[in-house]
Amino acid sequence: MTPHIPPLNAHVVIDKPALQTLFDALQTAGYTLIGPTIREEAIVYDEIGRIEELPIGWTDEQGPGHYRLHERGDGRYFAYVVGPHSWKKYLYPARLTLFRTRRQDKSFTVETGEEPPPKYAFIGARGCELAAIAVQDRVFLEGPIQAATYKARREHAFLLAVNCTEPGETCFCVSMNSGPRCESGFDLALTELDDVFLLQVGSQIGAEMLAGSGWRPAGAFELSHARRLLAEAETQMGRTLETRDLPNLLYDNLDHPRWDEVAERCLSCMNCTMVCPTCFCADITDVSDLSGENTARVRVWDSCFNPDFSYVHGGNLRPSIRARYRQWLTHKLASWIDQFGTSGCVGCGRCITWCPVGIDLTEEVAAIRGEG
Amino acid sequence: MSEGQKPRLAVFKFASCDGCQLTLLDCEDDLLAIAGAVEIAYFVEARRRMLDGPYDVTLVEGSITTDEEVERIKEVRRQSRFLISIGACATAGGIQALRNWADVSEYTQLVYATPDFISTLAESRPISDYVPVDFELRGCPINKGQLIELITALLIGRQPRVPAHSVCLDCKRQGTVCIMVAQGIPCLGPATQSGCGALCPAYNRGCYGCFGPAETLNPASLGQQLITLGWKEADVSRAFRSFNGYAPAFREASEQFEK
Repeated sequence: MTPHIPPLNAHVVIDKPALQTLFDALQTAGYTLIGPTIREEAIVYDEIGRIEELPIGWTDEQGPGHYRLHERGDGRYFAYVVGPHSWKKYLYPARLTLFRTRRQDKSFTVETGEEPPPKYAFIGARGCELAAIAVQDRVFLEGPIQAATYKARREHAFLLAVNCTEPGETCFCVSMNSGPRCESGFDLALTELDDVFLLQVGSQIGAEMLAGSGWRPAGAFELSHARRLLAEAETQMGRTLETRDLPNLLYDNLDHPRWDEVAERCLSCMNCTMVCPTCFCADITDVSDLSGENTARVRVWDSCFNPDFSYVHGGNLRPSIRARYRQWLTHKLASWIDQFGTSGCVGCGRCITWCPVGIDLTEEVAAIRGEG
Repeated sequence: MSEGQKPRLAVFKFASCDGCQLTLLDCEDDLLAIAGAVEIAYFVEARRRMLDGPYDVTLVEGSITTDEEVERIKEVRRQSRFLISIGACATAGGIQALRNWADVSEYTQLVYATPDFISTLAESRPISDYVPVDFELRGCPINKGQLIELITALLIGRQPRVPAHSVCLDCKRQGTVCIMVAQGIPCLGPATQSGCGALCPAYNRGCYGCFGPAETLNPASLGQQLITLGWKEADVSRAFRSFNGYAPAFREASEQFEK
């Protein structure tokens, strides 16, 4: 008997507990499930297996430099926005050994030694996060050189996306045209309704994973309910970023006094770049043992706020916090477009929430625009 | 390092608690490799044999607090090719540098039964205030991995990789959720140099600043945020004035918030 699977692009509904059948199907298909779960007083991304590990009934209160979890008192599965982690933690790991060398007599051998790339299913990726993955695809896959380790992880990734119906205080995906609806780049896109999950089928494998879920075609009421929730969400963004002529605004204001003001507050601590789902800067370092016989070349996340990052022969290119903040913001919002044909910002708001002193890039841009 | 024979290693102690030298003994498996790669010529805490200098690599623990130590460190410098100060005492003056803001004779009156026997300098200062230092390894105590990296780099003849960035980068790389943002716990991580592996935040405690000031820091802004989170100015001052309190950037911060 052929399995009962929905057609491509179909909208179907499943009972909420039936999400477990989807998890099971993914695991049977060899995927490692990575999804939202509560750890260290936050909703992080980690390996999960059961729907009970999702932050059911919890939400996140966010503001500049501020994040708190709250119990909602309902059974909502996805009633939070985005947390301190992003999927780059898995697609572009913070620390990765690229190869090892071993000295032998007067020569040396090289072992690439990457194990078979992990096969991840990402549970709960939001519109802004799909956009962020698309940005990193441009950087790592669509340039003159492809990043092999990224490609291997990316090609196999299954994406269960979630449409955001309750944006957070630091969200501005509408400004960056990346949400709250997931438009493309997913295998399944889920909208949480009161009693059921509405799912849009985005790929053949997405359809196959629903075989045992007891799905049924979505009704007109469910579709219109979801449309209404998403239309409302669009009006509930905690922040806005005016993008009109943004690159030129920044290029024309490289000596604006606002850079000095933000430098008074900025800690140069690197948190914004670490939580940013598109920031990709890395350092390559060779680690050797005491004998010098065995060496590993390791790639680690790095940041334009790290003094060592801009150290070149003779000194530091960006010795001041002012220079570093300006470099980060102008790259993210302006020269990124020149470089990759897309903005580096997807409006997820992580850099605002996770800045220990709550610097808000939307506020900085508004101030430079003269609207502060 | 000189060809043919093993480099000679010495370890000297000044005003300190011995914790940093112990880090060398804590190297466990690597200790055997180190002992095989160098000749341990002078290391009183580890072996009775004490060979005279000169030494290729000298690790110096502790701060300078007496006239006798001032003379001794000069002699150690004369006998050493590479002199590396290890730990918060040797690199910043240590917790005993709290005396630098106080009257040390008042302390000796209070602490000792016969204060007349005590001969000490008014201030506790880092090794580099008295002799040129080739490298400083921070921390209270130093980190085992950084010590092995340093010895490895010296043996191979390359630069040691001892980053000067903030603790935050380590928290983020290992996926630790920011305790300041998510729990409102005051933390010195954004101002403190990496080295411990971001240990305390991973256990729900704010960074104590054991590795001293990061290369770039903004203690004024961080201090204001700590006050926003509930600390008083005096708390901020005290936090900066601990193991590395006399390191210039922390010293200035502690004095700024003392008022």
